[in-house]
Amino acid sequence: MSRSRPARITRRTALAGGGSLIVSFALRPLPGVAAPGTPGAPPVAAQEELPGSLRNAPLLDSWLRIDAQGGVTVFTGKAELGQGIKTALMQIAAEELAIAPARIALVTADTSRTPNEGYTSGSHSMQDSGTAILHAAAQAREILLGIAAQRLGIPADRLQALDGAAVAPDGRRIGYGELVSEQTLHVRAQAQSRLSDPSRHRVIGADVPRVDIPAKLAGGAAYVQDLRLPGMVHARVVRPPSYGARLRRVQIEQVRALPGVMHIVHDGDYLAVIARREYQAVMAMNALARAAQWEEHPGLPDQARLFAELATWPSELVSVAGHHTETAEPARTLEAEYRRAYQIHGSIGPSCAVALFDDGALTVWTHSQGVYPLRSALAQLLQLPEERVHCIQVPGSGCYGHNGADDAAADAALIARAVPGRPVRVQWMRADEHAWEPFGPAMLARVRGTLDGAGNIVSWEYDVWSNTHATRPGGAGNLMPAWHLATPRAQPPPKPLPLPEGGGDRNALPLYRIPALRVDYHFIPTMPLRVSALRSLGAYLNVFAIESFMDELARAAKADAVQLRLRHLDDPRAAAIITTAAEHFGWARYRRRHGCGRGFAFARYKNLAAYTAVAVEVQVDGESGAIRVLRAVAAVDCGEVVSPDGVRNQIEGGILQALSWTLYESVTFDRTRITSRDWSSYPILRFSAVPQEVEVHVLDRPGQPFLGTGEAAQGPAAAAVANALADAVGVRVREIPLTRSMMRTRKGVPEGRERT
Amino acid sequence: MITLLVNGRSVEVDDDPATPLLYVLRGTLALNGAKFGCGLGQCGACTVIVDDAPVYSCLTPIAALHGRRITTVEGLGTQQDPGPLQRAFIAEQAAQCGYCIAGMMLRAHALLMRDPSPTESAIRGALEPGLCRCGTHLRILRAVRRASRELASARSGGTADTRP
Repeated sequence: MSRSRPARITRRTALAGGGSLIVSFALRPLPGVAAPGTPGAPPVAAQEELPGSLRNAPLLDSWLRIDAQGGVTVFTGKAELGQGIKTALMQIAAEELAIAPARIALVTADTSRTPNEGYTSGSHSMQDSGTAILHAAAQAREILLGIAAQRLGIPADRLQALDGAAVAPDGRRIGYGELVSEQTLHVRAQAQSRLSDPSRHRVIGADVPRVDIPAKLAGGAAYVQDLRLPGMVHARVVRPPSYGARLRRVQIEQVRALPGVMHIVHDGDYLAVIARREYQAVMAMNALARAAQWEEHPGLPDQARLFAELATWPSELVSVAGHHTETAEPARTLEAEYRRAYQIHGSIGPSCAVALFDDGALTVWTHSQGVYPLRSALAQLLQLPEERVHCIQVPGSGCYGHNGADDAAADAALIARAVPGRPVRVQWMRADEHAWEPFGPAMLARVRGTLDGAGNIVSWEYDVWSNTHATRPGGAGNLMPAWHLATPRAQPPPKPLPLPEGGGDRNALPLYRIPALRVDYHFIPTMPLRVSALRSLGAYLNVFAIESFMDELARAAKADAVQLRLRHLDDPRAAAIITTAAEHFGWARYRRRHGCGRGFAFARYKNLAAYTAVAVEVQVDGESGAIRVLRAVAAVDCGEVVSPDGVRNQIEGGILQALSWTLYESVTFDRTRITSRDWSSYPILRFSAVPQEVEVHVLDRPGQPFLGTGEAAQGPAAAAVANALADAVGVRVREIPLTRSMMRTRKGVPEGRERT
Repeated sequence: MITLLVNGRSVEVDDDPATPLLYVLRGTLALNGAKFGCGLGQCGACTVIVDDAPVYSCLTPIAALHGRRITTVEGLGTQQDPGPLQRAFIAEQAAQCGYCIAGMMLRAHALLMRDPSPTESAIRGALEPGLCRCGTHLRILRAVRRASRELASARSGGTADTRP
């Protein structure tokens, strides 16, 4: 056990009996420790795996510190992305420490202050950081109660933690601030904790207003875009017009003479301008763009033939699942192919970063999802030792995955190096984000399923084709600006994300009980368009495909879509979610109005996280073919709920975002350039098309592990809409975006091609 | 020098007259409320109110604004003393990332000044130019309806604070 700074001996340390005593106290197994749901679990050996991210940062004071006044600071390696994680993590700490949430300060991802929790992605924050903080806070509370017990001379189990103090039955109380010393929490976490009783939770499960919202509503400095450091200057980058374009010549002299221009960075094909005021940087960027001549080469596929070609690109086979048990004779066979276009994250605020290069050290303020991996990548890019690079996460506009955040940080770092001692703010323009962010990859899935005479699913064969969903910086080669330098960094070869979470094969395996099943993932290494993680990764297309096909099977079997699902599920939590959504939607008593239809879909995210069922009603305009989602009803089970309103907000938002993806969204490109470079060439959902209502029913599971909800709704929402569309007009649309696909096949396509 | 009237305060700025208002608000005046989203008038993140109408501050040069009344989200209240519209957004927790929200609030403010009890379609119509990517639309709509109701009850109850 090492400590980075020397422990100060204070009066308080001495009073508390010194660090070593407390350490030894904390290392003994906690008596009678039992996690909820595991009554009477025995005390455990130290080598047992620690819960959540404690695994990677096992010292309690990596997660929380208590000052002499009793103020609590909680540290998380996760980032606030607008999902409300700060508030939820504060609630967890407050509950276990028995302290008001308002007395807690929270520090988010910062390479000099917080634990390394990798990326804030994959709906892992509650699972990883929430679980770590839950256990760290519970163990800290027990340590403090133990110290109080020694001071008061009564057994610890007679003390109660109450409002930031240890309280004895006779009313004597000692505040945490008086109990704690430097070393008190500098101890290794135990594998199990005496967690508070979920049935008595007062802060966990309550709707605590989000701490980040007031500043966002009143013009507070809430975003990295709002940073104003002394002496800060502004930069803009002139990107190449297409992937792989080379700068043939550029005349920078007249740009240098423009008002406010301080410096022009020209490094290979990389061009940027620094100016004193922001709009001067914009004007100079425009001038520099006009002064640059590029050589471009067509390297993009023919968009009109994309899906015909996708399955023929070289691919590596990943076997996801396969089993075969004796089955009834199949009576009917259905086949279908589902497709999803390249799509953007589409942050409303383009990426931004501020960097300061001073005395051989780099500080970057960034809205990256992963400050530690970014630090490694930037250190490699600038050839600095990692300890000379400091990355601080500051919220940006919502990112929904790997957008331009890390690239903007790389831009800021590269440009700041040219003006040491001066903070440089780099703001991407709209077209930078639309054209250069890594897209959610185009995907294709083919399904073949059989039914027996009774309408039970007998067999299921599934093939999905996709690029990787992970090109986040590990190395500098995944930072796009590095591709354009005179000494470029090449993008490392992509790898498929491993199961069970998977990437392109995320949720490729249906949760349904099917006697004969084969699921294969065809991983395509070639990436003609830049791609990476877009919220829910492959689960979006896979759930769309599986749940659309379930609907096609139900229609073929003349079975109710909800009943068919229930009949093929063994997991009671799945069944409860499906039943809840169906009941609140009024599925059984639904009466179809002209031009309207209902659709249902379900998934358990990654087959191991939150359960979500979505029912929607759509209306199709007979004249225009426009699809309008009238209402959506969702049910979600994400284990023990910390913030019910936070969960509803994530699910509502996930559904609305998925409606936008599903109805409207596709990156467009010609053979050379990305052509969707703004909101008119890449339209998204607007208020006029927002449903009248989205209802979210949250099933709380006290004592069950936390499961994130940020990515749970997208797949089910997409399939529910396609299923409702088929119900409304008898047209099965299997290509996202649905609106464009339906326009193209206005005459309609038959339900799932049937072979006998 | 151009004189701008921002949130009731007269300020002189020396920026080039062709500079869009957004850059002067965020740069010269250090106001965070108006956001850069597209620079094209397509997303509404930069929306402010000029006189009584919402405008895209990313497209409006300050040369056109001499002596006009400019309202940004900072003019609707503060974190310590939020105005009614801000209170309604807090009550409905009507934000995820929140990047679009200032623009949404100013569109709603302009609407409620003109029509204190707008219909659902009037609210949606007023907000239509604003893009939200987190999918917070239904909460934004609820917040605007709440502000409208509270405005109406404040008026009928004679409460002084009737700024939307």
